[in-house]
Amino acid sequence: MGEPGTKEILSLDELEAAGNLRTGRKHILSILVENKPGVLTRIAGLFARRGFNIDTLAVGPTDDEAFSRITLTLDGAVHPIDQVTKQLHKLVNVLKIRDLEPQETLARELALFKVSADGVSRAEVMQVCEIFRGKIVDVTKRSVVVEVTGTCDKIDAFEQLVRPFGLIEMARTGEIAISRGRGET
Amino acid sequence: MRAVDALMECLKAEGVDVVFGLPGGANLPTYDAFYDAGIRHILVRHEAGGGHAAEGYAKATGKVGVALGTSGPGATNLVTPICDAMMDSVPVVFLTGQVRTELLGTDGFQEADTIGITMPIVKHSFLIQHPLEIPRSIHEAFHIARTGRPGPVVVDIPQDLSRADIPYEPVTDVHLPGYQPTTEGNQKQIRLAAKALANSRRPVLYAGGGVIAGNAAPELTELATVDRFPVTSTVMGLGAFPAPHEQWLGMLGMHGTRAANYAMDEADLIVAIGARFDDRVTGKLSEFAPRAKFIHIDVDPAEISKNVPAHIPIVGDAKNIVPRLTAEYRALAPDPARLEEWWSRIRTWQERHPLRYEDSKDHEIKPQYMIQALFEATGGDAIVASDVGQHQMWAAQYFHFSKPRRWINSGGLGTMGFGLPAAMGAKIGCPDQTVVCIAGDGSVQMNMQELATCAHERVAIKVFIMNNGYLGMVRQWQELFWDRRYSHVEMGQWPDYVKLAEAYGATGMRLEDKATLLEGIREALQTDGPVLVDVRVTREENTYPMIPAGQAARNMVG
Repeated sequence: MGEPGTKEILSLDELEAAGNLRTGRKHILSILVENKPGVLTRIAGLFARRGFNIDTLAVGPTDDEAFSRITLTLDGAVHPIDQVTKQLHKLVNVLKIRDLEPQETLARELALFKVSADGVSRAEVMQVCEIFRGKIVDVTKRSVVVEVTGTCDKIDAFEQLVRPFGLIEMARTGEIAISRGRGET
Repeated sequence: MRAVDALMECLKAEGVDVVFGLPGGANLPTYDAFYDAGIRHILVRHEAGGGHAAEGYAKATGKVGVALGTSGPGATNLVTPICDAMMDSVPVVFLTGQVRTELLGTDGFQEADTIGITMPIVKHSFLIQHPLEIPRSIHEAFHIARTGRPGPVVVDIPQDLSRADIPYEPVTDVHLPGYQPTTEGNQKQIRLAAKALANSRRPVLYAGGGVIAGNAAPELTELATVDRFPVTSTVMGLGAFPAPHEQWLGMLGMHGTRAANYAMDEADLIVAIGARFDDRVTGKLSEFAPRAKFIHIDVDPAEISKNVPAHIPIVGDAKNIVPRLTAEYRALAPDPARLEEWWSRIRTWQERHPLRYEDSKDHEIKPQYMIQALFEATGGDAIVASDVGQHQMWAAQYFHFSKPRRWINSGGLGTMGFGLPAAMGAKIGCPDQTVVCIAGDGSVQMNMQELATCAHERVAIKVFIMNNGYLGMVRQWQELFWDRRYSHVEMGQWPDYVKLAEAYGATGMRLEDKATLLEGIREALQTDGPVLVDVRVTREENTYPMIPAGQAARNMVG
């Protein structure tokens, strides 16, 4: 790639190739932070500056009210993930960061699906819902709202199955995660 | 007591003896407190000047600098110094005024989202939300600024909160559970590093600004001389190792010496201490020091393996680690004769490729000659602040620094306009030392207004403008890489710096003749008060040697 200040003309293809490398490996980061204003902005800003796209993000309280936990998932893209975790550690309000290993981690997400369901299709939607251990939380003459929890893959699968019935809307929380066993995440 | 009076108590408790600032609506309460707080306040002419002055003060003294600005434009004018301090790890606390809390987020008069704007360029920042937070935040700000890898901290105080009446109790501790910098290096790693050094045949010590920031210059010299390790440094590290020393290779990187760059290229082991492998040092990364293993000592773990993978990383303070490394090495008692071959190779480079330029045969002043004359006139015994450009590189090459905290420049951000206010801050911090500023005619105009501050406060800096009528470094790149298409780099002959100096209340001088240059410089140094010297130098001189951007060190030209 061309160096700044030199004359070399860059092709758009080159630029795009450099910007779009995705390794496809998903990371779940669990970040324990001080419960202070602006913390989320600092973290999100850091990812943006390093060229990471955050896929999902969930923030909530922990057992200690002084701290919050941020769970985010992202693609370990162009830059090695450890550079971004080191940068995160430098944020004064960040206490702990774990790049969670999938096999040692329980990850769950909650999703709400609003699906078209009139007379004919309703039974079928309810059947799919049952298989996924979803809950119908709202019913009208022409639609249902289904609540599903599970791993991100399970929710993707549910989405695929109900889409043909007419998926009106979907809302997902993004995954939250905790490590297996007695040890702290 | 008013929160602003508590703020003054905090500043005094932190040992602040001077602040640089400019008042405005949102920090009126703070300024009222300054009226009789007994802290020296330097009224700058532009907040950026104040910010750079605080940096110069911090770099020269090793203490935390303090700069103030009001809300909105006051704060946005501080953005460049904040970023500069971040890039060069300078401990500065920036106190900004903010609009009243009820106006926050309403686009009130002189409102800017200071915390938001500065977030990517601070070590940390505090938006005060309750007056009781002020004392603790101030102390935490100083603690964060000075410890670990130093850096800028912003404290943004809404005007109404600063007027609140609060009970003040001195704060003696900080509570920052997420901030615990590692200072002590791992013993195993240090032992491993000592072994690697003992086994190396072509080692180089590569020092950065961290050696100076960490006050570890004497420890570096001790390590270097425990055997005969060659030493080079970045532009930020000049003075970390005494330049006259026979083991000194000169600066490395884009405009470094051939000996330093070739040594890095052929080294089998590089010990990086408080350095961060910037692109101006490495050139083409994939061809940087291809035969070397790396020991990387840094207080900031995020620097380790960021650009160049470290074989032996050691996280901690150089002052803690380097002496332990020296002791471990000494215990191994390796045969010093193994370095002889390496030294004879280095000596060949040094003899074949010293720093050189073609001096003029008439009255023309070559810029390199000007630096040599300045070095001679000061006996090297001066703090040298510099702006950014060709003159900065010539100063780095030809002014030989034998002590740390003598060379004050903007290395990371490369901020034109840094030099003059930084010199002012350094002089205020070190009033007994000679402080000169080496500026370019492009750079100096960017914070010229602080000459009025110097005149008003009798800050006796001596500013030498290397005047070639160009934005010289850009012109050099246009000449070398853009077919001499000199697009918008000619500065012309204005202003008349002698008249300008006089208008500002300083002494103005013009030096145009090589024959009387040294004498003229001596006269400027002996003149009381601030002096601005317009030195007319060769118009189109290039800074050499040079690693063309993106190339390997061994491809140096010039």
